[in-house]
Amino acid sequence: MEHTHTGAAHEEHAHDSSTKSIWKTFWILLAITVFEVGLAFLYLEYDFMARWALNGIFVCLTLVKAFFIVAEFMHLRHEIRNLIMTILIPLLLFVWFIIAFLADGDSWKNMRKDLSPGTPVAPTTHVTNEPAHH
Amino acid sequence: MDTAVTAKKKWWSGGHSPFNVSYGKLMMWYFLMSDAFTFGALLIAYGTIRFMSPSWPDPNVVFHSFPGMGHADLPLVFVSLMTFILIMSSVTMVLAVHAGKMRDRQAVVKWMAWTILGGAAFLACQAWEWTHLHESGAWWGRNPFLNVDGTQASTNFTNFFFTITGFHGLHVTSGVVLNIIILANVLKGTYEERGHYEMVEKVGLYWHFVDLVWVFVFTCFYLL
Repeated sequence: MEHTHTGAAHEEHAHDSSTKSIWKTFWILLAITVFEVGLAFLYLEYDFMARWALNGIFVCLTLVKAFFIVAEFMHLRHEIRNLIMTILIPLLLFVWFIIAFLADGDSWKNMRKDLSPGTPVAPTTHVTNEPAHH
Repeated sequence: MDTAVTAKKKWWSGGHSPFNVSYGKLMMWYFLMSDAFTFGALLIAYGTIRFMSPSWPDPNVVFHSFPGMGHADLPLVFVSLMTFILIMSSVTMVLAVHAGKMRDRQAVVKWMAWTILGGAAFLACQAWEWTHLHESGAWWGRNPFLNVDGTQASTNFTNFFFTITGFHGLHVTSGVVLNIIILANVLKGTYEERGHYEMVEKVGLYWHFVDLVWVFVFTCFYLL
């Protein structure tokens, strides 16, 4: 590979700004983690919101943290488009992977619940649709 | 390290890397992508089993201890400390990479040493957590914790917890070993002779990946 060397003055300038962005990324990651833990504690104490909404917030914040680690710490944001795409496009498989498997787990649970031994097969479903008295 | 990026450069016409990185760095990226799928598969398997279970143990009940605090109920505190240690060691790693680009050998040594220390501290924390859980009866195939709804839990919870955090811990361990090797080379002057510190960048990528995986493990096991 070719290695080009830029001037010392340029490097001095780059030194300053990239050290700054490293620490900025650190504070963002720390703030998000503190916020997550804070929310978890608030939920434990006051149970102030629906569990699914809280989980949604946690998952979104996790993705934000992942973005900052990959983009800044792993420097991917500053690579050229070819490299970014060759790494990120295969990861799109996770979208299918997650949806398919979690849905499968959920249906597995429902089948176990409905079909477990001793469970009457949906005894009341017909009744509720009919008028109470003929 | 990078070649100059001009607007109309023909990346695929040959003669240079179409990714504008060295072979070694590109292969590290591909390795990390495959490792991401390995961890993804483990975490999605965990998610599937959790979605399949009528009930599941509450992480705030399971992980509530802190070293030296006896029976105080402190959910999330210890794992937050572990997360902080790992993020911090990621920062010192970027600073080492940065110092390498500046060809500042003293600074590379300093930041690599801090990164190794951070990794060792994280492993020590994990060792404590595992020991503590083991003493309270949890291990592969054994689960003393009840489900949230009070029913007897299966061993799925502990099996996945020890497998996934164990696999992550193994990555941290090999990361620390790699960092030590690189630090030894820096001290020997290998990269000074070579004219660049790109090896520091490569292990740096691996180290950040370990931090990245922990972000997901933290969410999946301790928050959700």
